[in-house]
Amino acid sequence: MLSKLGEITVMTEISTFNQGKEQPIKASEIDPTFKYELEKLPGAEKIFLCFQCGTCTSDCPIARFSDSYRPRTLIHLAHLGLRDRVLNSDTLWLCSACFTCTDRCPQNVEVDSIIRVFRNLAIEKGYIPQGLRDQTQTLLETGYVSKVPESRIKKRETYGLPPLPKTNPQTIKKILKNIPFFDRINQTTATATLPQPQGDNKNDSQ
Amino acid sequence: MTHSKWLFFLGCAIPTRGISYEISARKILTKLNVELIEMPEFNCCGLPLDPINHEAMQILAAKNLALAEQQGLNILTLCPGCASTLKKVNKTLKADPQQKDEINQHLKETGLTYNGTIETKHLLQFLKEDIGLETLKNVITHPLTNLKVAEHNGCHILRPKKIITFDDPEDPQTLKTLIEATGAECLDYTDKTQCCGLPSAAINEKIALQLARDKLNHIKKAGAQALITICPSCHTMYDTNQPRVEKTFDETYRIPILHYPQLLGLAMGLTPQELAFGELRVNPEKITQQLATPTTQKLDVEPPLRPELVSEIEKTITNGKFTKVENFQKEYMLE
Ligand code: SF4
Ligand code: SF4
Repeated sequence: MLSKLGEITVMTEISTFNQGKEQPIKASEIDPTFKYELEKLPGAEKIFLCFQCGTCTSDCPIARFSDSYRPRTLIHLAHLGLRDRVLNSDTLWLCSACFTCTDRCPQNVEVDSIIRVFRNLAIEKGYIPQGLRDQTQTLLETGYVSKVPESRIKKRETYGLPPLPKTNPQTIKKILKNIPFFDRINQTTATATLPQPQGDNKNDSQ
Repeated sequence: MTHSKWLFFLGCAIPTRGISYEISARKILTKLNVELIEMPEFNCCGLPLDPINHEAMQILAAKNLALAEQQGLNILTLCPGCASTLKKVNKTLKADPQQKDEINQHLKETGLTYNGTIETKHLLQFLKEDIGLETLKNVITHPLTNLKVAEHNGCHILRPKKIITFDDPEDPQTLKTLIEATGAECLDYTDKTQCCGLPSAAINEKIALQLARDKLNHIKKAGAQALITICPSCHTMYDTNQPRVEKTFDETYRIPILHYPQLLGLAMGLTPQELAFGELRVNPEKITQQLATPTTQKLDVEPPLRPELVSEIEKTITNGKFTKVENFQKEYMLE
């Protein structure tokens, strides 16, 4: 976890897709523009206010049980200009968005928003965790982020609950069509190629 | 008792894993003379899209708000995630007319406009501010004396404090006070405001289960007979996944996890059947029997666990697998 003098060593906490071990920083990895770019993005405006006190990491519930996830380190890497190490980091996706860091940061840095900005940039760069991809697919198809299994819908009837509200997946595609990531949704083919919402969910045994 | 009318926003988590929460909440709200109007149309609040694109999240939330504005009613929701998302977006767009115009540009094609004319409240805030402790105390007919429980607020109901202003995230009082109104004792315990960990379960299950174990250990040590939650996700983590936590770490808890409306419902004289206690995974018989028998003596027999159900976590675990965005777009929505 320590930096060696002479040769800067990145903390083992940050693993990337390619490397899980300490790797000395190469000059070619450093992108000094990264932090200025971040500063302009909504949510990351206050990234320069971070003075690396570590409050966020010490109060982070995920850091408590993870050997690798450290919000302070992610911000530090961004300060250093290590764009790829931040955005390729699989640990980036561990944050549970509990907002403890944001509430307790003595510099009022919106740490959770900065993590979110990192995630948005990572997606732009081309990586998405499987679970999030599946959720997004379901959302675009059904309007719900997870499929409501047929058994649940039947159970609602048994209990006398009102039917679930209607959704309109076509309007969701319409309103998101100018947003990066969703911008390639083609209205006509999308309807043709998107799998229809399944009435029953095989995994559901509840 | 005054009559009030609210637009009921179910969200995604309640229909998939919060049926007992919904049933018990509807029961107590009816008893409190609250009229719930169902959303005529709806989509996911937007929160799950925030990691992909912040604006996409805002657009989905604004669409829901615009739909609610057409009804001219304020939103009431049981899910802290939906409540905080709708609140946050409402607050941001109200304060920033330019951003509001941008979001409305996206909504244009659907004929909807977001104006910022309604508010969103979570059940907890609603009970505190719109029903009030005095009214609540008046409807308690079966005080739950001799019952010792612990509270779990969860994250989105309290934080970030800049957005959620009705309670102190470092020393929350609302849920505690509402629990005490039922006659039950609300015990203090270590790390009360710690996150349940569910959002991280899809990336690293072990971390989420460790967080749940931590919580269950603390409330067990405090001697709580049940844990009271107000979030469908936290409830999944502690109830649905409790047997999994027990199995993974070789622990025994069997601590019933009740949705707050279930606790309140009991104190209002509703039966465990009416409050859908049968939908809970950890058998709550121990407490219902204790409440039914006028004795402080605790049962020493452990009720059997409900039959194994596939846990939510097992379904969502992908072991942090990543996929290329392009592949996703090719497969599902490419030009
Ligand atoms: S708590 Fe705030 S100032 Fe301290 S390290 Fe974290 S972000 Fe930086
Ligand atoms: S919001 Fe994320 S980084 Fe911040 S404390 Fe919670 S889990 Fe940790």
